[in-house]
Amino acid sequence: MRAIYKKEFKSYFNSMMGYVFVAFLLVAVSIYFSGYNLGMGYPLLGITLSSVTFLFLILVPVLTMRSLSEEQKNKTDQLLYTSPVSVGEIVFGKYLALVSVFAIPMVVICFYPIIMDAYGTIDFGMAYVAIFGFFLLGCAYISVGLFISSITESQIIAAVISFSVLLFSYLMSGIAGFFSDTAITSLLAFTVLLLVFCLIYYIMAKNIIASCGVFVIGEVILVVLYFVKKTWFEGAIAKVLGTFDLTAASTNMIQNGILDITDIVFYLSIIGLFLFFTVQSIQKKRWS
Amino acid sequence: MIEVKNLVKQYGDHIAVDHLSFTVEKGQIYGFLGPNGAGKSTTMNIMTGYLSATEGEVLINGHNIFEEPEEAKKCIGYLPEQPPLYMDMTPLEYLYFVAELKKIPKADRAQMIADIMKLVKITDVCERLIRNLSKGYKQRVGLAQAIMGYPEIIILDEPTVGLDPKQIIEIRDLIKTLSEKHTVILSSHILSEVSAVCDYVMIIAHGKLVASDTPDNLSKLMLGSNVLDLTIKGNKTMIHEMVSALPDIDSMEVHDSAEPGCVDIVVKSPQNVDVREELFYKFSEAKCPIMMMKSSNMSLEEVFLELTTDKASTKQEKKKTFFKKKEEENKKEENKEEKESSNESNI
Repeated sequence: MRAIYKKEFKSYFNSMMGYVFVAFLLVAVSIYFSGYNLGMGYPLLGITLSSVTFLFLILVPVLTMRSLSEEQKNKTDQLLYTSPVSVGEIVFGKYLALVSVFAIPMVVICFYPIIMDAYGTIDFGMAYVAIFGFFLLGCAYISVGLFISSITESQIIAAVISFSVLLFSYLMSGIAGFFSDTAITSLLAFTVLLLVFCLIYYIMAKNIIASCGVFVIGEVILVVLYFVKKTWFEGAIAKVLGTFDLTAASTNMIQNGILDITDIVFYLSIIGLFLFFTVQSIQKKRWS
Repeated sequence: MIEVKNLVKQYGDHIAVDHLSFTVEKGQIYGFLGPNGAGKSTTMNIMTGYLSATEGEVLINGHNIFEEPEEAKKCIGYLPEQPPLYMDMTPLEYLYFVAELKKIPKADRAQMIADIMKLVKITDVCERLIRNLSKGYKQRVGLAQAIMGYPEIIILDEPTVGLDPKQIIEIRDLIKTLSEKHTVILSSHILSEVSAVCDYVMIIAHGKLVASDTPDNLSKLMLGSNVLDLTIKGNKTMIHEMVSALPDIDSMEVHDSAEPGCVDIVVKSPQNVDVREELFYKFSEAKCPIMMMKSSNMSLEEVFLELTTDKASTKQEKKKTFFKKKEEENKKEENKEEKESSNESNI
């Protein structure tokens, strides 16, 4: 694992990618920092950081796109998967390298509260919780990007898909707000989701009976539940869609400076889940 | 050392490897021979744990590659068809990475890398970027990667593809030196290479093992009769009559020769009969000088073509006859041994 970590980390700085990522993130954070905190004199670093989270949508796909897809394309994965190292270790080594690259600008950002302290009183606790929340959010996005990079051989496709997925997740809180709170809206929305799921299943498995069966059974369960426990459906779709929103859990930490253990657990489980998916997608390629 | 049992690999409807079974013993060079798409690379990828199999198992030194992958992979060095190189590294950096990946103790690394670089002759390019190396050097860096850690088994997938003749000879010599300490398995679709390097040849076609034996035995077994090539000075029809008058000739062909006034003939006779003397006296009586006479064994190339041609029915028959012949030969040897042992007991 150490070998892969070292190699990956070095390779980001052998090419331009690592420098571009670090520089771009620092420039963006610093512009907002000098505007909000230094120019206007806000004592909260969280405001600055929450205004730059949208940058992850562009920067994370650029960072993660080559991680696993390039290995597949150059067939160097043959070396990795035939060496006495498990797939889990390979994925974890790669993930750690990505997180380390991301940690470099974060270390620089850690000095910003000290700069702010020179011009007034600030709450260091809140500032560092905000930085920590920002870091966790980035780490969760990176795990999603790593997973998507394992699906495809092409870096461009990996970047585009990662961007779309992260954008979808970023906009989710807004999309969820469009739905009204009535139970019938949720029922209809769930039906549409089920239909989409069954269509995807049909395209992948080419089994019309099974996909229709899943749809009919799912729809029957939904309708029965609707009539039995109508209250469950009130506002349910907004809640379900809200779970896809990765940024929501970080607002408490970044904007309000509140360290909530549930948010930390949420991000760690997202990271764990996507690393697990990455290992599975690599294993699947070997077995098919 | 390596046991492959009933290996099957299916891609959708296409069967890439079809119930393949063989064993590999220690300290020899094995050659996988087969036309493109025969399943050589797939088999090697499964043996090294890169791909999984649909059915069957692979045992490396008693470790199942699917169940104890790390133990099994420690015994193997693998050079895939396309060397797995990182273009933005120098060979030195790359080999350090591979050494660490293969868990070679830190104290041994520098020495081992220096030795291996000397062995594959890349010491003088070790500071250049791999991207800028020629194909031959890239192949050598890939080979160095496979040798790293001196594993017991070295598997090379088409190691000499794309190299110039001098490099091919060098790589072959290197493989031979490696076989002193390691078991080497290499694949190729080039016959001369396999017959020049390998102690044992396995011919694969359509994912099946069609023949496996030493190169000499393969050509001998497939032959079944003696073949003589001759160039004779003289009249075509007269020579035809003379030769066909001989009692022990199975068949013959007569062609005009490139040499003026001469004819080329190919004479086939049963395996246990030597007609060379008879031919010599016959032609000398007729005052037709023999310009050239040599016995030709069926080359490995012909064996290969016969075994791997697409006609399924003839292939099956060939396969049957091949194995039948092999059985007969085994029986003969057994009989011999029995006789010898009975002689001993008589004494």
